[in-house]
Amino acid sequence: MNILLLLIIIPILTIIGILFTRDNKQVRVVSAIGMTFQLITSAIIILWFLAERHAGNTAEFLFASNYVWYETLNIHFYIGVDGISVAMIGLTSMVIFAGIFASWDVDDLPREFFTSLILLSSGVFGFFISLDLFTMFLFYEVAVIPMYLLIGIWGTGPRHYSAMKLTLMLMGGSALILVGMLGLYFNSNPAGGPLTFEIPEIAKVNIPLNTQLFFFPFLFIGFGVLGALFPFHTWSPDGHASAPTAVSMLHAGVLMKLGGYGCYRVAVFLLPAAAHELAWIFLILTTISVIYGALGAIWQKDLKYINAYSSVSHCGLVLFAILMFNETAMNGAIMQMISHGIMTALFFALIGMIYGRTHTRYINEMSGLMKVMPFLAVAYVIAGLASLGLPGFSGFVAEMTIFVGAFQHADTFHRVATIIAASSIVVTAVYILRVVAMMLYGKINKEEYELITDAKWYDRMSVGTLIFGITAIGIAPLWLSNMITNGLGPMIEKLLPGMN
Amino acid sequence: MLMLIMRHELLLVLITVILLLVEIFLPADRKRKIILPALILFGAVMILGFIPGPTGSLFGGMYVTTPLTLMMKNIITIGVFIVFLQSVDWLKKEENKEKISEYFLLLLSTLIGMEYMLSSGDFLMFYLGLELATIPLAALAAFERFKEKSAEAGVKLIFISALSSGILLYGLSMIYGTVGTLYFDEVVNGINGAPLQILAFIFFFAGMAFKISIVPFHLWTADVYEGAPVNITSYLSVISKGAAVMIFTILLFTVFSKITIMWKDVIYVTSILTMTIGNLFALRQQNLKRFLAFSSIAQAGFIFLGIIGQSQLGMTTVIYFVLVYIFSNLGAFGVVAVISNRTGKENIDDYDGLYRTNPKLSLTMMLALFSLAGIPPVAGFFGKFFLFTAAAQQGLYILVLIAVLNTIIALYYYLLVVKAMFLNRSDKPIEYFKSDGYSRLGLAICVAGLVIIGIYSPVYEFINQFTFGIY
Repeated sequence: MNILLLLIIIPILTIIGILFTRDNKQVRVVSAIGMTFQLITSAIIILWFLAERHAGNTAEFLFASNYVWYETLNIHFYIGVDGISVAMIGLTSMVIFAGIFASWDVDDLPREFFTSLILLSSGVFGFFISLDLFTMFLFYEVAVIPMYLLIGIWGTGPRHYSAMKLTLMLMGGSALILVGMLGLYFNSNPAGGPLTFEIPEIAKVNIPLNTQLFFFPFLFIGFGVLGALFPFHTWSPDGHASAPTAVSMLHAGVLMKLGGYGCYRVAVFLLPAAAHELAWIFLILTTISVIYGALGAIWQKDLKYINAYSSVSHCGLVLFAILMFNETAMNGAIMQMISHGIMTALFFALIGMIYGRTHTRYINEMSGLMKVMPFLAVAYVIAGLASLGLPGFSGFVAEMTIFVGAFQHADTFHRVATIIAASSIVVTAVYILRVVAMMLYGKINKEEYELITDAKWYDRMSVGTLIFGITAIGIAPLWLSNMITNGLGPMIEKLLPGMN
Repeated sequence: MLMLIMRHELLLVLITVILLLVEIFLPADRKRKIILPALILFGAVMILGFIPGPTGSLFGGMYVTTPLTLMMKNIITIGVFIVFLQSVDWLKKEENKEKISEYFLLLLSTLIGMEYMLSSGDFLMFYLGLELATIPLAALAAFERFKEKSAEAGVKLIFISALSSGILLYGLSMIYGTVGTLYFDEVVNGINGAPLQILAFIFFFAGMAFKISIVPFHLWTADVYEGAPVNITSYLSVISKGAAVMIFTILLFTVFSKITIMWKDVIYVTSILTMTIGNLFALRQQNLKRFLAFSSIAQAGFIFLGIIGQSQLGMTTVIYFVLVYIFSNLGAFGVVAVISNRTGKENIDDYDGLYRTNPKLSLTMMLALFSLAGIPPVAGFFGKFFLFTAAAQQGLYILVLIAVLNTIIALYYYLLVVKAMFLNRSDKPIEYFKSDGYSRLGLAICVAGLVIIGIYSPVYEFINQFTFGIY
């Protein structure tokens, strides 16, 4: 059996296990056990993948299996991974593992909560291992729909509104993807004969430029909605702010990466000529995302809104780097996805824990928290420093790579865009340090804050996992970078023939 | 052996006759005893239908049985079986105890009509079947005649069917006038796009559009659906519509295949109108029956995407979608029926907080609605996806885009019901109750269908092997 199938089977078994539990505690334990297995499986996949590559296996996709599903339409259940999908799988299993522990104290309908959460994660895993557009699309929708219930039932604030807005906007994005996908399908075999949804097969076809130009916007904007591309990012701040902790973590940490990954794997990879032609439009939009998100974060008082806008900025950087079409920048884009995924999950986990103790998320209502909850406060500082790109953490590695790659373009347009986007780093420093200064330092401003206790064991579990992730990448980025570069080969070959 | 060609219809007639005899001899206070035997008999017919038998034509080609028609009959028979299961609880009510066998007789007659319609080999037989399928339905819509709305629904339905039949007949008579025959096989060759034939087609289309409730011929739908008893509404919106859609598609693909250019534009425009207007009206509905009525209008618009595909893919997908649609819509109507029977509540805000009191019903409803909206992994996703594929095959990407955007509107209003059940809290939610065994069996079949039909691809392949050569 293919080891990748385990990534879908384990969540399903976990959900079945949850159905047989009797009380809240058992639900939590079963979920935690399931996701621990998931994390172990992912680790095995990563190590195995590296070992295979080391042993000289140069197949484009490893662990590939291809099952026929709908014979008449030639729809296959086709799975396999390259360096990039393996990295995303690692990220996802880390975030969902941390997410389970971060939602240890959910007591309203816990069974349904963990079921939806794990169902969502299985959609994400399925998306990352799919090599067939049909299954990819199917898993995409499986990942989006539980979101509605998760935000609507367990969220805070205007949760009904946010949940509806998020679901409809993301489904709107998927509607565009569907049109683009069908366009690819019916152009996948110009010579006649069976059409296909398989990505590696479509990549071999030279689709005429006019067709490419017609379908590229559908796919790029469709996935871009999920990647918070300006002006389609508006679901993100509301959604993240209303969602319960674990959902914000998964959503900002992993689900938004589906957008970046889709833009990379489907839009740009399969329609390279159109990508070259239309890149300038989307470069302008992504540059706006980057700087607008950063400036938006400065004005917010609500911790979750600050990080939601910061996510818009950072995810904008991912799309920005993908559109630079060179190996360095694209490498940075994938690194940024991983780095931002872990970092933002850490942020949202900490915000949830802080909110659970202080019952407010407004930074001007909190002060001096460092004295009462040193563990969470230090973790917050670490996340903040990683976010503003301090060397030693993952953020630095990723952003540095992106800007170095982007600056390789010598023309004015790319240079100006790069300089504007790079200036967001400064803005990031402003809003991160402002939060740290106002919230963590200073005097304790309310008496009840004296009684706050520091992180519980499950909080430490969640936070520790994620901090381990960002520092591991920050200190030893090369293994990740090599793994990604390895996967970039076919992409570069297709985008810049003859360069590699 | 010739009898076996018509075995579906003959068996149903047999049951009808048995029920009539029993009705005569059974004392009034023991009428309820008829339910279980009737269900068992009907279930037996349903299962017998799946046994492969001879195909061929009877009455000089007026009645034709092909593997495809057999399969379509089986599909609608499954649907009717579920409807029967879901109506038991309602039939056992005090006010209906006099009329139990009438219910079965009328419903079986319409089913027989539909099967003749599906098997028809000429327009006369087609018309005969269509009428037999429609007239008993008017009586059924007025079944709760002591309720004003139900009576009104019956009258509206009979008027509208009379009108649409008239229009349809007028069209058919013109076809006869120009071609000189009513047999499908011979009409095909006679159709050459002469102006009178085009007019005839328009009349034919309008007549069918009333039956399938295509915009702008949909105005009767909401009132009738709201007034009729829930089970009749679900029968009207699922079985009756599904059968009409299937035969309509086949006629377009065979009899009218020479004037494709004509009907393609008509289908294109009405498809967009139907799904958009159906969706926009559904947004504003509070009564769940009206809500599902408009949603089913919109679904018909989506089915037209498969018709416009005009290929084997399109034909297979239309039938596949009808099958999926039967399970999804009957699932939704089943829940509405159960709750309406127990509590009399039919509005969306009555469902506030339903999940916390009746989790299983809510989950069934959610799955059914997700299937209608086209959310994976339930079957509706696959059905919708293939419909879009069929339309995209003709290069109609703009139509696909409009349709896909319509699914977003549809998702919004389906989510409103999910929101009421799962997200909202209520001071007075519908209390927990245990629904009767028949309804539960019916809903369980629906849920199983929704889960299996999509993921288990042989269902689609099975349908596909019979549709070869239709278009």
